[in-house]
Amino acid sequence: MVEKASKIQTKEDALDKTACETDVEIKNTDGLHMRPAMQFVDIASRFKSEVTVSNGENSVNGKSIMQMSMLAATYGTKLRIKTEGADAQQAIDALKELVEEKKFGEPAPNNQKKHTLG
Amino acid sequence: MKFADFICFQAIIPELKAKDRVGVITELVSALDKAGRLGNVSCKEITKAVIKRENEASTGMGKGVAVPHVKHPAVRDVVAVIGQSSIGIDFSALDKQPVYSVILLVSPLNNPDKHLQAMENIFRFLQQEKFRKFLRQAQTRKQIEELLKETDENPNF
Repeated sequence: MVEKASKIQTKEDALDKTACETDVEIKNTDGLHMRPAMQFVDIASRFKSEVTVSNGENSVNGKSIMQMSMLAATYGTKLRIKTEGADAQQAIDALKELVEEKKFGEPAPNNQKKHTLG
Repeated sequence: MKFADFICFQAIIPELKAKDRVGVITELVSALDKAGRLGNVSCKEITKAVIKRENEASTGMGKGVAVPHVKHPAVRDVVAVIGQSSIGIDFSALDKQPVYSVILLVSPLNNPDKHLQAMENIFRFLQQEKFRKFLRQAQTRKQIEELLKETDENPNF
């Protein structure tokens, strides 16, 4: 279970906090198996912000390897990452880069469909 | 996915003889082999591959559980086995604590999605303290099998 974030914040806290949200798509063939999940948790844990990842069905703590493994995010799965805290923007940028650009340093399918929109 | 879809019940080891990580992996792979679930791949080869993978990064996720696994081209289907140790095994776990329940998973290369779904099923329950406790308390193969089947039928376990 994901711990509920406290809804009661002091005004000072609220000023400090930024919340960011982005959608990412899993682009490596093997999906979010344990090694990529560990890389994700490693990067998420470098930031103070809370990191939540959702696959539409489950919302999990992006700093927990067990919870991340529960997403069963196969190739092509879209995930929503939310970060909240003073370094929320840096955190979300780093995580998006890991998933979509670095593709966890893993191969992507060869016969990938070309998305030639506009 | 359900446990019954990928756990080889007859290979379950309620009390492992081995007392270290390599020994436990060897014992569990050998149990799968004896149950005829490794196909034509040699037991030795799978054992070696699981240990190699384990050495890259420990699958001891903390809370007394470890999930050693490997993908191998000669394996036909995703299959897993459970072994338990009452003394606790040093798995170089993330929380540096001993491991009491080990789920070893072997998957083919060509079905990454099924591998992920099996892992999802495993962690959905291993995450829950109640499930970990019941698993550790189960003393016979039959009790472990019943616990897994109960969770299959009752996802809100």
